[in-house]
Amino acid sequence: MAAVQTRSERALNRVAIAAVLVITLIFLAPIYWITSTAFKPRNLATTIPPTVLFEPEISPFVKLFTKRSQLREAPTPEEYAAAPWWERMVFDGGEKIVRSGRGEVQLSGYPNRFMNSLIVAITSTVLAVGMGTFTAYGFSRFKVKGEADLLFFILSTRMLPPVVVAIPMFLMYRAVGLNDTHWGLIILYTAFNLSFSVWLMKGFIDEIPKEYEEAALVDGYTRMQAFFKIVIPEAATGIAATAVFCFITAWNEYAFALIMTNRRAQTAPPFIPSQVGSGLPDWTVIAAGTFLFLLPVAIFTFLLRNHLLRGMSFGAIRK
Amino acid sequence: MTQIELRGIQKYFGAVQVIKDLNLAIDDNEFIVLLGQSGCGKTTTLRAVAGLETIDEGDILIDGQPVQHIKASDRDIAMVFQSFSLYPHMTVYENIAFPLRATRISRNDVDTSVREIAGVLRITGLLGHKPSALSGGDMQRVAIGRALVRRPKAMLMDEPIGALDAKLREEMRAEIKRLHIKQGSTTIYVTHDQVEAMSLADRIVIMHEGILQQVGTPEEVYSQPANMFVAQFVGSPVMNMAQATVSETGGHASVQVGGRATGFEFPAALANRLSDARAENGKLTLGVRPEGVLISREAREGFMPVEAHIIEPLGSHDIVDLKVGDQLIRARTKSGFVPGPGKAVWARIDPAQAHFFNTATGSSFGIRL
Repeated sequence: MAAVQTRSERALNRVAIAAVLVITLIFLAPIYWITSTAFKPRNLATTIPPTVLFEPEISPFVKLFTKRSQLREAPTPEEYAAAPWWERMVFDGGEKIVRSGRGEVQLSGYPNRFMNSLIVAITSTVLAVGMGTFTAYGFSRFKVKGEADLLFFILSTRMLPPVVVAIPMFLMYRAVGLNDTHWGLIILYTAFNLSFSVWLMKGFIDEIPKEYEEAALVDGYTRMQAFFKIVIPEAATGIAATAVFCFITAWNEYAFALIMTNRRAQTAPPFIPSQVGSGLPDWTVIAAGTFLFLLPVAIFTFLLRNHLLRGMSFGAIRK
Repeated sequence: MTQIELRGIQKYFGAVQVIKDLNLAIDDNEFIVLLGQSGCGKTTTLRAVAGLETIDEGDILIDGQPVQHIKASDRDIAMVFQSFSLYPHMTVYENIAFPLRATRISRNDVDTSVREIAGVLRITGLLGHKPSALSGGDMQRVAIGRALVRRPKAMLMDEPIGALDAKLREEMRAEIKRLHIKQGSTTIYVTHDQVEAMSLADRIVIMHEGILQQVGTPEEVYSQPANMFVAQFVGSPVMNMAQATVSETGGHASVQVGGRATGFEFPAALANRLSDARAENGKLTLGVRPEGVLISREAREGFMPVEAHIIEPLGSHDIVDLKVGDQLIRARTKSGFVPGPGKAVWARIDPAQAHFFNTATGSSFGIRL
């Protein structure tokens, strides 16, 4: 690449930057919408035109995590004064927090569903990436009979829309009692991500020169040790990329979660829209739930960003 | 103290036989160079000794113990790869310490060994760097350090300096020689570069198409090549080869080349031995290195008139192509000795530097003055 840019190259560069900015804005707009709604007072959530400037409040989050009911009559001044700040917010909205007989605050379904999402997505990602990496290593380094056919077979599991098998899966799961269990969803998402993980990891492992492992072998290590000490660190970029993709898929999955779970193991995606429910939905609460739901993937991707950006050219081997 | 012995090694890749009945005994502390073109089986041989390649037949013995069924990690052999193969995610220090960490050596002893070998290789200042920050020469020093640090029974090197540029190659060649003299370990070194082989080896093993052609000191393979392949592979510029007929005239032998009636003069003693060889084997090929072709600017006793065809001035000397009948023979002269192409000069062949080969089989008759 020339160090000095010509005038037309500079102009082209500016156009490209402008285009990137516009596209980025388009993609960020819904995220801005959800985020701003999550912090709005309820009466500003549905105004037309939309309110852009407002005093942010966290009452939607308080409402998100608690079980509430409509106030039949306003709280007495004593009651209001005795309530903690977060309960007053609910009073202000014309609702009250449901308490147990002993006065303990009753939580809404959301924290539970959020935890379910974390458990299912993290476990299935670890399993899919782990098994995928081992499988890919085997295919990459050893002569496997019918390798091309086997790899095609693995990929073929992705060749029809998963929802096609939803009903048979549901019947199978009900028969073996995996319905509405964490393991049920974990197995499902692992199987779903595995083909993707094998193919992606095979590409990355193929890029790692065999000589690294051979050097480790003559240096006195077993193949298993060489795999963990050399191949895994070298494949970190690929593992990170694969993990991000698997995590996002498992985290966002809606259809199977809706069919296979209803209470114990239900994840956040089918739960959030169910709260729109009947009557007048509180959009700020739904936005708060969606906003929190966005965070894990954002954080996970942010933490792995260096691995995702680091190219495979990094290395000390002469080709 | 490590001796390595290869006995009757056979190796196939599918239907292709890449090593054919290889036998070789390597002494303790010996620096052996496997020399040959790519695809001759030299690297496969090395990898078989390392345990990275299985063999189909034969025995590999290290100190008398057969090791062909022992895993690479248990053979206590170190290897330096052409690609260097430094682990990119580890620092230089960790790279060198890596083989020691496979053993039960204490942290302190590892540290001592790493620093000692880094001192020998003059890379102490680089210990904290990642391999990607090193120059090619330093990468190879680290790779050699990683191989030497655990004092292996034997050291295997697969074209270790083949990836470096010419100047660095020369530097590292000297460095490897210095290290071998200083550290001393049985070494097998693979290269396709005959200059490297000549300058480093105690003994050179020349291979061609999976078959061992000759084993000998650099001096032996240069001055007594066993066959036409070795003769042409070792030495630069390559040895002249010409189909020749031998006759006896007037008390000396005459070797005719390129269809010319007059031949190069050789002592009579050679003629008798050559005629015996010819009777047995028919055709004969004369081989002579460019420095064995002597040139005179005037007519002299025993010299034959020839025409200078092309002159390549190389600074320290010239290479002159001489037209002998329809054959070109290259001679090495002092710079500017032959004034220009097309000039007539007189040439003879130094009988002490002449080689005679069986044209059909390529093997040397072993007839020399």
